[in-house]
Amino acid sequence: MVDTAIGREPIAPAEAGEVELYHPHSWITKYVFSQDAKIIAIQYSLTAMAIGLVALVLSWLTRWQLAFPGTLSFIDPSQYLQYITMHGMIMVVYLLTALFLGGFGNYLIPLMVGARDMAFPYLNMLSYWTYLLAVLVLVASFFVPGGPTGAGWTLYPPQSILPGTPGYEWGIILMLASLIIFIIGFTMGGLNYVVTVLQGRARGMTLMRMPLTIWGIFTATVLALLAFPALFVGAVMMLFDRVLGTSFFMPSLVSMGEQLQYGGGSPILFQHLFWFFGHPEVYIVALPAFGIVSDLISTHARRNIFGYRMMVWAIVAIGVLSFVVWAHHMYVSGMNPWFGFFFATTTLIIAIPTAIKVYNWVLTLWHGDIHLTIPMLFALAFIVTFVNGGLTGLFLGNVVVDVPLSDTMFVVAHFHMVMGVAPIFVIFGALYHWYPKVTGRMLNEWLGQLHFWVTFIGAYAIFFPMHYLGLLGMPRRYHEIGQTSFVPESAQNLNVFITIAALTVGAVQLVFLFNLFWSLRYGRASGGNPWRATTLEWQTPETPPPHGNWGKELPVVYRWAYDYNVPGAKEDFLPQNQPPDWGTG
Amino acid sequence: MAGPELTGAPLPESRLTRWRSIVSDWAADQRTFKHVSWGKSMMWIFLLSDTFIFSCFLLSYMTVRMSTTVPWPNPSEVFALHLFGQNIPLILIAIMTFVLITSSGTMAMAVNFAYRRNRRKTAILMLVTALLGAAFVGMQAYEWTKLIEEGVRPWKNPWGAPQFGSTFFMVTGFHGTHVTFGVIFLLIVARKVWRGDFDTGRRGFFTSRSGNYEIVEITGLYWHFVDLVWVLIFAFFYLW
Repeated sequence: MVDTAIGREPIAPAEAGEVELYHPHSWITKYVFSQDAKIIAIQYSLTAMAIGLVALVLSWLTRWQLAFPGTLSFIDPSQYLQYITMHGMIMVVYLLTALFLGGFGNYLIPLMVGARDMAFPYLNMLSYWTYLLAVLVLVASFFVPGGPTGAGWTLYPPQSILPGTPGYEWGIILMLASLIIFIIGFTMGGLNYVVTVLQGRARGMTLMRMPLTIWGIFTATVLALLAFPALFVGAVMMLFDRVLGTSFFMPSLVSMGEQLQYGGGSPILFQHLFWFFGHPEVYIVALPAFGIVSDLISTHARRNIFGYRMMVWAIVAIGVLSFVVWAHHMYVSGMNPWFGFFFATTTLIIAIPTAIKVYNWVLTLWHGDIHLTIPMLFALAFIVTFVNGGLTGLFLGNVVVDVPLSDTMFVVAHFHMVMGVAPIFVIFGALYHWYPKVTGRMLNEWLGQLHFWVTFIGAYAIFFPMHYLGLLGMPRRYHEIGQTSFVPESAQNLNVFITIAALTVGAVQLVFLFNLFWSLRYGRASGGNPWRATTLEWQTPETPPPHGNWGKELPVVYRWAYDYNVPGAKEDFLPQNQPPDWGTG
Repeated sequence: MAGPELTGAPLPESRLTRWRSIVSDWAADQRTFKHVSWGKSMMWIFLLSDTFIFSCFLLSYMTVRMSTTVPWPNPSEVFALHLFGQNIPLILIAIMTFVLITSSGTMAMAVNFAYRRNRRKTAILMLVTALLGAAFVGMQAYEWTKLIEEGVRPWKNPWGAPQFGSTFFMVTGFHGTHVTFGVIFLLIVARKVWRGDFDTGRRGFFTSRSGNYEIVEITGLYWHFVDLVWVLIFAFFYLW
């Protein structure tokens, strides 16, 4: 079944001559306006983490307000809405998407498929700088009159561009502009990732020998290239509604006692466009996580991935299905019951390929030689958390269950588990895993343990009780609950508990950041392949890999990425570029 | 009851096996699409993504056209020109479409001559294509001016649903931007062809890579795509 064919067929000669690399001459072209995918990856990652830190602080303020309403006097209802809006948008688009695709994609794709660089290094550089511009425009919205938009991260019209919504003056304009710029920048990078994976692989690297990390990033990039257009169009149209006074999304309405000039538009249209992007976006974030976690588990349990071929097909199937489920975010917007039926069905069908993946991870671990390294701990935490979040997804995918739970904390808990915490665990695991390749040094193990345990237990302390709050009927996005007939007073204690947990988890991320910088200088030297992994990036002649990655000769791939503990082999792993006459005979 | 007959006849090649060979072809070594360069595959993937953008625009146009309660202006009156003492419906748009389709023809000829290394003819045909493209944009500018003078704005127009102006300016504007970028792209490549960059292996100013004549075909792909999109816009805006 799986292509582990070693030497049964000769490796074909190179199909194309090598493309000349751009060789930087100055410090600026080497490290600032760099065309090297590895440098671009680091730039992407650092920018994403920096803006992510802003979103983290916003979540602290949000939680503080929920637990201790009124104690921080500057958090008025407008501020609160702005915090949750910016927190959501930054985390989903500017942190997770950028870090997985721009960061890990750029670093790992050329190295793992055995290329010298991305197919179009110049375009790749433009992609980063455009992304940076998008981030700066977004940050600028904190400093304009009225502040950033507080429309909620879904930006639903008509309310998002009308007076009464915080940031309707400038914040929403900058938000939409920033999204448009982000999409343009992403497209430039995304084309690179796809072309490099499809057309730029090393000799012997068939698609069915690629590490699952690359499968995940590749499929996610394809999704992004097809899903972001919907957001692009929605953003352009809403920008016109706001700036030019068109009525794409605006019905005729009365606001603040005045009949507005708008009329005849369709607010639901925006929801369709937004979620046609928004649902694939979940998988744009989740698929790279699926891929990376597969490689982490296989490497740190010293076992070949169980059902590689099915893992690939599951990734592709999830990718395809993610385009036909978007309206499950719109059950409460009202729709023909047959549509609700259709979208509930497709939503639940996604559980099948997803469950295949989870079973295969568990079966990979089964009888494995599990090393509880930090990456492995995070990978295990991911599986547990993803199953948790996925199960509540089955609840919310059903129309009758979704309608009462909609706009409650249950939804917040669900999506934080499934696309917040779970992918972030993978990002942490991946950073601990690949940091040695990027820097040549290991991250500090003790700080890593502290980081992992506090984050893992803390995440559950935050989001587990939140499900309960949601079932109680506690609404999301409320600045202050006050006295209600349906939320018992004891819920307030739970809110305090959650906030304390959230602040603790937040604080320990600073430990992680400290670790990133401290280990740069003082970390243990790692050598080229500290995890004894099989994939190509660990086989580079130098660590960190130099410009051009491979020295004189490009690697030749003889086997799939998961030859761990092959009977008869001298070592417990066989690198992908290990010729067949070695070890296994 | 007799069970199913068990014979030793050879099974036909199962569907699964055929699927597998398709997969292994696609998953093959080094390149999924054999003999397709990086540049060309990038353009195809970009066009796929761009298709989604235009589809979203057109679907949004259809949605607002259906959601608005005010009657939609009659395109054959709105887009008529007063020529030779009578109103001729859709005449300008017919000429524009003719010009753009013609430019696709000259583009295809340019690609042909590029692969024959006929620099002169390639460059001339690309310039003609660019000229036709520019003429298209010019006529579009004229059409816009005429409509604006008649009182059409993105937020209102004298004849009916305000969404008419919004979608018209947005979608034709977005398409016109594509044509404009195409013209710029054509001029740059035509200059390179004229100068013989692809024979001397001269490096790009930004990318520091040397190109080859395939870039003419890649430019052509983009150009044909923009034409194809125009046909759809034409059908949905002017004929509906």
